[in-house]
Amino acid sequence: MISISGLLGQAFAILLALVLAPLLSGWVGQCRAWLQSRSAPPLLLPYYMLHKLFRKDVVLAHGASSLFRAAPFVVFGCMVLACAIIPSLSTDLPLAPAADALALVGVFGLARIFISLAAMDVGTSFGSLGGRREMLIGFLAEPALLMVIFTLAMTAQSTSVATIVETLAHRDFVIYPSLAFAGVAFTFVSLAENARVPVDNPATHLELTMIHEAMILEYSGRHLALIEWAASLKLYAYSCLGLALFFPWGIAPGDDFLALLAAIPLLVLKLAIGGAILAGIETVNAKVRIFRAPEFLGTAFMLAVLGLLVRLLLESKV
Amino acid sequence: MNAAIPFSAQLINLFAAVILLLAFAMLAQRRMLALINLFALQGFTLCLSTLVVAVTTGQSHLYYSAGLTLLLKAMVLPWILHRLVRKLNVKSEVEALINIPTTMLVGLLLVMIAFNVALPISQLSQTITRGTLGIAMAVVMLAFLMMITRQKAITQVVGFLSMENGLFLAATSATYGMPIVVELGIAVIILGVFFFQIRDQFDSLDIRHMERLKDN
Repeated sequence: MISISGLLGQAFAILLALVLAPLLSGWVGQCRAWLQSRSAPPLLLPYYMLHKLFRKDVVLAHGASSLFRAAPFVVFGCMVLACAIIPSLSTDLPLAPAADALALVGVFGLARIFISLAAMDVGTSFGSLGGRREMLIGFLAEPALLMVIFTLAMTAQSTSVATIVETLAHRDFVIYPSLAFAGVAFTFVSLAENARVPVDNPATHLELTMIHEAMILEYSGRHLALIEWAASLKLYAYSCLGLALFFPWGIAPGDDFLALLAAIPLLVLKLAIGGAILAGIETVNAKVRIFRAPEFLGTAFMLAVLGLLVRLLLESKV
Repeated sequence: MNAAIPFSAQLINLFAAVILLLAFAMLAQRRMLALINLFALQGFTLCLSTLVVAVTTGQSHLYYSAGLTLLLKAMVLPWILHRLVRKLNVKSEVEALINIPTTMLVGLLLVMIAFNVALPISQLSQTITRGTLGIAMAVVMLAFLMMITRQKAITQVVGFLSMENGLFLAATSATYGMPIVVELGIAVIILGVFFFQIRDQFDSLDIRHMERLKDN
């Protein structure tokens, strides 16, 4: 069943994810700086950061258990797995049967649990605060994401991400109103999950508002590098998932090597546009209070359920 | 299944979904001016959907309805409402009796009820866009909810007008239009109620406030 080209494509997709993810973060940062008329940091800044952090020594807190040391590796592994399952270049992925869309949500959940536990492990107040907030956001974002996936799974009659994308990519042009609802809901969820502006500010170290940064305050050296890399990978994974689900054109159908090559520049272009749009969203919106975040994610959940209902009403077989 | 639906019907379904989305956005909106803008957008979407129905079925009176919708609901009424808000110095925050997330959840429940009620009815219809009947019903119910849960007269009027949008959507999309007499009648009732309510609730309220300020 598993072809050589499939394996090569899979390995290539993972490598591309590892390389492109920091670039995407850098690109979003650069766009944000331009839009806010600051002088932009270099595009390769995340790479320099990773390089610097990997060379530095790790400083551990006194009370840190083995969980604290293991968490960065678990989180990084989860994100690499997520990037491997999500069809970014082709839908012929040997790893795809390992986890369907529901398990994919679980993989993200696993990473979240580990990073929250590690944040609480040292026992600083900021860590626990960040961990609790992260779990709050996560428990509100997950049902919305699941509803989005259910809507798409009903259209494709399958919960496997690769199958969904294949069905959506190779159909006649049909307007699905439910996809519009699901798309907006997915955008909301992605913003919340990736610690982006309406919910969290990735560039802040202000004590009262930070969520993601509060959790990783105690990390240093290669641990911090892995976590930062994992955060970039998460953004990359969500972007690729969104692009694959809602703009699936150009993703190679199977073991067609030329189509795979053609998919790369298209993916980079789509990611660049998506990153610029993300920077735009982050610039025009203000960060909401933490107690407004449930409302934000409640809206996302509601939109996703509406998408599901509209799907049932308008697009079911009569 | 889906490939059998012609493109125009897909467009109408899409517009109907957008109208429903806007109804929810209005329910969630906290700012008065943004609420009025959303209402104008809903009117514009309704006009587009009516136009698509008109082009598809070739019924000429639907062009008039589309034009009337555009003129009244997307331009004149929002303009009047904007002017009223400015003139009367209405507080820019919308005041709700129930908090907004709860309202949204109730709204979601209403949509489910509306869809369930509409499903057997729409089976009887022969038109290609019968699915939109459920959406229209949901829009009407959401507008009801908005009228019930809001305190200010302006928001209540916007809710009322949005309800009329829902009725209109039901009429045009599900049954390809009502007789023009009925449409004009509704337009007259709308305008009547609109001005009546505004004068009743605002002008008097406004003046009394001014006098009280002077006395003190």
